[in-house]
Amino acid sequence: MALLEVRNLSKVYYRDSQQIPVFEGINLSIEAGEFLALMGPSGSGKTTLLNLIAGLDKPTTGEIVVGDDNIAAMSRRQLAAWRSRHVGFIFQLYNLLPVLTAYQNVELPLLLTRLSKRERRDHVMTALDVVGLTDRADHFPRQLSGGQEQRVGIARAVVSDPTLILADEPTGDLDAKSAEEILTLLQRLNEEYQKTIVMVTHDQRAADRGHAVMHLDKGVLTR
Amino acid sequence: MKYLKLIRANLFRSKRRTILTMLSVAAALFLFVTLRSVLTTLDDAKEVGSETRMVTRSSISIVFPLPEAYYQWLQTVPGVNSVSWSSWFGGVYRDPKDFFATFAVDAESYLPMYPEIDMPAEQREAFLAERSAAIVGSGLMERFGWSLNQTIGLRSTIYSPGEEWPFTIRAVYEPTNPSFGDENFFFHYDYLYEKSQYAQPGWYIMQLSDPEAAASVAETIDEHYKNSRAATRTETERAFQTGFITMYGNVGFLLNAIGMAVFFAILFVAANTMMMSARERTNEQAVLKMLGFSDRLLFALVMTEAAVITVVGGVLGVAGAKLLFDLSGFQGAGFLPGFEIKWSTAIVGLVIAVLLGVISGFVPAWQALRLPISQTLRRVA
Repeated sequence: MALLEVRNLSKVYYRDSQQIPVFEGINLSIEAGEFLALMGPSGSGKTTLLNLIAGLDKPTTGEIVVGDDNIAAMSRRQLAAWRSRHVGFIFQLYNLLPVLTAYQNVELPLLLTRLSKRERRDHVMTALDVVGLTDRADHFPRQLSGGQEQRVGIARAVVSDPTLILADEPTGDLDAKSAEEILTLLQRLNEEYQKTIVMVTHDQRAADRGHAVMHLDKGVLTR
Repeated sequence: MKYLKLIRANLFRSKRRTILTMLSVAAALFLFVTLRSVLTTLDDAKEVGSETRMVTRSSISIVFPLPEAYYQWLQTVPGVNSVSWSSWFGGVYRDPKDFFATFAVDAESYLPMYPEIDMPAEQREAFLAERSAAIVGSGLMERFGWSLNQTIGLRSTIYSPGEEWPFTIRAVYEPTNPSFGDENFFFHYDYLYEKSQYAQPGWYIMQLSDPEAAASVAETIDEHYKNSRAATRTETERAFQTGFITMYGNVGFLLNAIGMAVFFAILFVAANTMMMSARERTNEQAVLKMLGFSDRLLFALVMTEAAVITVVGGVLGVAGAKLLFDLSGFQGAGFLPGFEIKWSTAIVGLVIAVLLGVISGFVPAWQALRLPISQTLRRVA
């Protein structure tokens, strides 16, 4: 059974009275443990699709079903709670909070849980260990390299053991070596920890790390 | 509690800005509670006057003296037990800023009327026995470091300006009622008359046998002098005290107006700081929402930040004022006897600090609540 089902999804943006359709009638099915790369030219709607799957935005029509939840029908409040349990998001520009240490950044999603301080600490240190940054726990983002910042971002995405990991061009701002390390890390999360990953990328080499590649162009999604 | 780290980190994102805003709030609240305390002290001062003492003064203004001849007739008014008088001297010690309340009084009749002036019997006798003697409040003694039997020189702003008048401190009083003040200076009217040659009573004080007689006594006196060279206005001492205070104009209105101006000025400062602080991190707020922080939680976090800034500033300002004025024994050169920052005033100050936080934090908190995640993250990327 598919972990994620996107059915007849369409998204239209409105600017003043003007309608800007992004895509229409998209269908997508992702199995648990799959690593899917989503490619397409700029402006094709890849990030919009990713945001809809993450519950950051609402579709104009259609359904997005993750497990048993149709997130397209959820309220803002329900979506926030759903995201905290089911989604780990990795950004191109890392989006770490500069005033918090690596440890505190990774701890953020756990603040929304009922875990005790000690339990949170165990989870954070495990996540930092997975990305190989336990020795940088007390460093602030400005004290880390781009690759290290992205690894902290990945630790933050996995720390609450979410159902889905969504990555929006995770290597887009990194040099080749750091990009390789990040892709290897994502691959490891998929293979060792059976994490389901959807990754938007422009980079064919990055896409090749996935089990499958889908292309979104002119509103049409193809495998 | 688990969000404290996040709140603290955001507060100290720009330490200088946060500390300066806290200090601005502290300064404003310091000023606010001080002004409010001036008002409460003036209100309390109105309560000092006795209902059984009446004051007769010039109907034009208290600054115009009355003839000495009135003394004899006032004693004959039905309902009046005893009569005394007092004159404003306008004494200055060393420097014009060393100004305090100085009264020339007819001691033999004045002191029995004022049990508030409490002093040892031997000091009272020593004062009565010497023409240039003075009774000084304990607060004034402390303020200038004077000692009993010391001779000091005062200059008057009214009588022979520039000339130094020697006084010997023969008695030190403790007020039985704090609002009476412990920074008053009393000396013999005869001494004033002898040295100035043109002194006259500033006002007469009458002790009534029955407070119920106040209205008829006032009417009798004022009617009697209605067509004289110096028409009078007679009222209870409490009403007189109120009139004395309102001589400064509508002090209450002025102080309230300044207080409101201070409140709004600091509200705009705090609101501007919170708006700037929130605008700088709309992206971070979007990330927090993405992580699952609800709209309400984010709203509460921003409001808490604003409240922490204004409450910490408020506590600093209010506590600073309370400590400063309580420890220094400030009494406004004797014009604000019993001046203190009351707990009720301090609480009002702290409530205002919380209000400042709520109002200044509301707009940025509301913006954080309504922040669209995907558009914000897209805009920044």
